[in-house]
Amino acid sequence: MIEYLITVVLIAAIYAIFSLGLNLEWGFTGLINFGHVAFMAIGAYTTVLLNLNGVAPFPSVIAGMALAGLCGGLLGIPALKLRADYLAIVTLGFAEIVRFILLNEEWLTRGPMGLHGYSRPFEDFISGDYNFFLLLLVLIVLVACYLMLEQLIKSPWGRVLKSIREDEDVPTSLGKNVLSYKIQALMLGSAIAGLAGAFLAFYLQYINPRNFMPMETFYAWIAVVVGGSGNNKGTILGAFILWGFFSGTRFAQGYLPLSPTQIGALRIMFIGLLLILIMMFKPEGLLGKKEELTLIG
Amino acid sequence: MLSVQGLKKSFGGIKAVDTSSLDVAGGGTVGVIGPNGAGKTTLFNLISGFDKPDNGAIIFDGENIAGKPSAEIARMGLIRTFQLSKALTRLTVVENMMLAPQVQYGERIWNVWLRPREVKQQEEANREKAISLLEFFGLLSKKDDYAGALSGGQKRLLEIARALMAEPKMLLLDEPFSGVNPTLTKKIVEYLKTLREEGMTFLVIEHDMHIIMQLSDFLYVLNKGKVIASGVPEEVRHNERVLDAYLG
Repeated sequence: MIEYLITVVLIAAIYAIFSLGLNLEWGFTGLINFGHVAFMAIGAYTTVLLNLNGVAPFPSVIAGMALAGLCGGLLGIPALKLRADYLAIVTLGFAEIVRFILLNEEWLTRGPMGLHGYSRPFEDFISGDYNFFLLLLVLIVLVACYLMLEQLIKSPWGRVLKSIREDEDVPTSLGKNVLSYKIQALMLGSAIAGLAGAFLAFYLQYINPRNFMPMETFYAWIAVVVGGSGNNKGTILGAFILWGFFSGTRFAQGYLPLSPTQIGALRIMFIGLLLILIMMFKPEGLLGKKEELTLIG
Repeated sequence: MLSVQGLKKSFGGIKAVDTSSLDVAGGGTVGVIGPNGAGKTTLFNLISGFDKPDNGAIIFDGENIAGKPSAEIARMGLIRTFQLSKALTRLTVVENMMLAPQVQYGERIWNVWLRPREVKQQEEANREKAISLLEFFGLLSKKDDYAGALSGGQKRLLEIARALMAEPKMLLLDEPFSGVNPTLTKKIVEYLKTLREEGMTFLVIEHDMHIIMQLSDFLYVLNKGKVIASGVPEEVRHNERVLDAYLG
């Protein structure tokens, strides 16, 4: 039971990190990224591939974050020059391109077979339950991400991001290079997704392209919206509710007279219902500020 | 300080702006008036870089800024406001103000994490400056309110105050009195006059003849993109072509 609980919290914490990256882009900067999972995949595969080639876990994670961030920036340069909604389409397409590369470049990724047999941080030193150690590590990383993001959001840098979200003509008219800030937000958000990807790989011990389906991006969107866009605490809460629910229903499987497929469908229905209820009764999200919704521009 | 020469801009064959010459001397207040659709806002968009001209030169502070990116023009000290005031709704009044200063250490990610003390010092200095400007504009009691909760006139004041936070050499005000009640209009006129006495240069668009006459020392009258008259307010008031454009 306790082992099961550790796994639930571990998964939720990994996806909370992932969702924090999206919240930086959407909640604070107003960028619509529908391909967030691509950067998680890049982070995970880079970490694992480097590790399988003899690089130690930590440098591999850093490289995974860096490559995810770099890809975010490179994708942003052309896409952000276009109108806002094009970023949504470009990122959605990019995520599928990444997944198909992972599926088809078998010489590198072993395609649908996936990758395994890589080492995990401090694996040789942990004698007890490795997942418990990984949970502590992930929680430390989550808290560090949260604190660093909060510091940024309250800084002049964060203020420029929020001004872009509200109306980018204003920062432009005051001399801020809006494109550069959007790219920075996308790079940092993507690097955070890459970090989450690396930890997902450490947890799973085996990764394949099916771990990075487009739906993962939208789960992060649900976490951000449920918690309250532009609120890091809310995002973490949203992620714990969502992935807690997913794991909880897996546990309930034994007690319900339903097949796994039916349970799967039922879960998605419940998530939909949860979203509808929140939009009806708390449209600003669980921790969002109600007065912000009543303001007029 | 600002000199516009042979500026042209067409949208789909329609000449929106075709201004042969327009000059603003440092320390002065120059008004641009004209009926709706005369090309006033397009002229402003060209000067501030929000639109690219087809032809012509815009000399600001000795440099041709025609076609430069708008943020770069703003950094040179030419700051604009908008016809529909753009308050940053979900930022507080004081946050709106503190966005504006030009060189902020804390606008770089590494400085936020690695040099928090310098960032904090600069923030405190900027906050003080913001507060004294808000006091000047009578907005101090609103400083922690969301900008979206202000009235239309207050948003206008906030926008002018925010532009001043950027320490401009010259301000471009696009209809600063539209949607503002008469009492507040009077107040804004007084603020602008005070700022002019302190040496600020203004180029103001307005379609209300009466206010702009009070405010400007020189006027350009625009119609269909062209300057049809210019001079001190008294001259322009009696110019027949101006009366035609407005009344005919």
